Amino acid sequence: MDLQIALMLVQDGIVNGAIYALMALALVLVFSVTRVIFIPQGEFVAYAALAMAALQTGKLPPLLWMLLGMAALCLAVEAARQARGAEVDWKSTLFWAVALPALAALMLLVVKPQAMWLQVLAVLLLVTPMGPLVYRLAYRPLAHATVLILLIVSVALHLAMVGLGLFFFGAEGSRTDAFSEARWDVGGLTITGQSLVILGVTALLVVAMYFFFERTIVGKALRATAINRVGARLMGIPTALSGDLSFALAALIGAVSGLLIAPVTTVYYDTGFLIGLKGFVAAIVGGLSSYPLALAGALLVGQLESFSSFWASAFKEVIVFTLIIPVLWWRSLNTHHVEDEE
Amino acid sequence: MQLKKLALLCAAVVGFSAPAWADVNVGVTVSATGPAASLGIPERNTIALMPREIAGHKINYIVLDDASDTTAAVTNTRKLISENKVDIVLGSTTTPNSLAMIDAVSESKTPMISMAASAAIVEPVDAKKRWVFKTPQNDIMMALAIAEHMAAAGVKTAAYIGFADAYGEGWHREFSKALELKKIKLVANERFARTDTSVTGQVLKIMGAKPDAVLVGGSGTPAALPQKTLKERGYAGKYYQTHGVANADFLRVGGKDLEGTFLPAGPVLVAAQLPVANPVRKSALEYIQVYEGAHGKGSVSTFGGHAWDAGLLLKAAVPVALKNATPGTPEFRAALRDALEGAKDVAGAHGIFNMSATDHLGLDQRARVMVKIENGGWKYQDTK
Repeated sequence: MDLQIALMLVQDGIVNGAIYALMALALVLVFSVTRVIFIPQGEFVAYAALAMAALQTGKLPPLLWMLLGMAALCLAVEAARQARGAEVDWKSTLFWAVALPALAALMLLVVKPQAMWLQVLAVLLLVTPMGPLVYRLAYRPLAHATVLILLIVSVALHLAMVGLGLFFFGAEGSRTDAFSEARWDVGGLTITGQSLVILGVTALLVVAMYFFFERTIVGKALRATAINRVGARLMGIPTALSGDLSFALAALIGAVSGLLIAPVTTVYYDTGFLIGLKGFVAAIVGGLSSYPLALAGALLVGQLESFSSFWASAFKEVIVFTLIIPVLWWRSLNTHHVEDEE
Repeated sequence: MQLKKLALLCAAVVGFSAPAWADVNVGVTVSATGPAASLGIPERNTIALMPREIAGHKINYIVLDDASDTTAAVTNTRKLISENKVDIVLGSTTTPNSLAMIDAVSESKTPMISMAASAAIVEPVDAKKRWVFKTPQNDIMMALAIAEHMAAAGVKTAAYIGFADAYGEGWHREFSKALELKKIKLVANERFARTDTSVTGQVLKIMGAKPDAVLVGGSGTPAALPQKTLKERGYAGKYYQTHGVANADFLRVGGKDLEGTFLPAGPVLVAAQLPVANPVRKSALEYIQVYEGAHGKGSVSTFGGHAWDAGLLLKAAVPVALKNATPGTPEFRAALRDALEGAKDVAGAHGIFNMSATDHLGLDQRARVMVKIENGGWKYQDTK
């Protein structure tokens, strides 16, 4: 191995790590606000990538029917809750279950986007509302359950969503057109425009999330919910809404990651799981609570994967996932476990 | 009185349905979902096109999905044998599943025809594997075809990159053997996972070894990723793939990066281009016609052909077995096994089957051709 090869591996690791970083951020966000370990996060990646591929071949992504079905189910559930006398926030319900899906349907059925940026917009509109709808259908009725129960629901949801992905998109994968075909030679290193797009969008999202959480009232409310759910509610923060919002952000981030990686690799209906899992390893490095540590963890996972694929490709996956053991060991030595009762 | 009537009625129903017991029940387990779904789905579709009646006896197909999962394949097999009382089991799609099913079928003395590739499924024919047959070509046949083609093209060193699973391992083993016979040196041996999003590390290592040719040991669309990465990094040698990629989706995903790639395949892939004298041409075209008639033009894949061939073997064996026993009995299952072992000159989509007591595959060199990817399609290569 010479310096050139090492640099190429580092470059590859950074590009892959950027995607894991987005996954890790979404996982930390969802976990800290709702205590859900969101295993199906990766499915949004696959859904978005495959929906984009369908659009580029001029087909209607069948995912639209899934979104409309979920929206209808959600409306029925809310109506049933109202009938039972529960208080229903119709404003947010109409936004997630009617306005956004209607907009997505309008984009796909009437506008039929041809330009790439319109297709991107359509895919984001298609996938983002799935986050809050999934939250309302699967997790909100269990908002007070233990982390373990929520995890079990996540596993079930993951299996269901992978199955639906197979049903909608078939077993064979797809690739999409690159956002940028440009490539440069810098001292023997080939830098593609697509990898710069990945890094740029990731950096942009990280900075945007930083400002959102630090500077906006909604972001601060989300952080407050993450720190102490009961306290936040006493301060008048609608905690159910923060669930909606964190899942919407997670779905949006997942969709963006999917759009970013679809041109560089073939995406299958079940690709999302492993990407999500590697993001999970990165999130664990950050203790499922620290964004900067999760980012660092994602870069570490990316590098580890890249170098182990060069040295011992047969054991790459083993090496990457074994990383979790020393990290957990170190964390268990360094953190005092506090049982937080609500 | 009421009870008596009911009893009579029951007796009558049982009595009338007695001829139905003579139906031949065929249990099928395929991987219609999970990682092997792209192979399992055309197989399942093909089962639906198989004959409903052989020699005047109705054939019932009971099709179960094992989700590419070994445990599920065994559970399916046991269920088919004990609950559905099947006379024969077809399946499963993958090698691990088929290997695991051998115990279940040999215990109950039920014949089985696997649609998975590995030679280990039927070799050596021992007390258990007496009951097991398979239709896909052995990997060594395909590996030898590649090595011969490489040697003819003047290749001295070759590299291998395959799946990090049984498929990749198996191919590495067979390919090494074949290369040794042809005095070609294997200079790099790398692995990648079906779900990998990047193979840059492996590709850099292969390029460092400077091989004359690279073989990608993968199946379906995931096999396109190493080739795309190699092209991207400017590798200028020869590219080879295995017959596991022979479907239209592979061409779609790989696009122009696949041009000029060689692969061995079952003749069904290029049936229309085969010389008229080729003995497999007619039977292969027949399958294509039936499948595309039901699923549209260009929908056929070589994987469904393996299921079709299992059906043809069944069609050849059932009339022979019926002479000696009635369906649904252990005697019939034994007779069916003997009939399968005695199958001669059965022309299938992938070749001509000649079974024997020591060969439960029965294919010969007629079961493979070399194919080149040209203008986004498969082009038959006359190697003679």
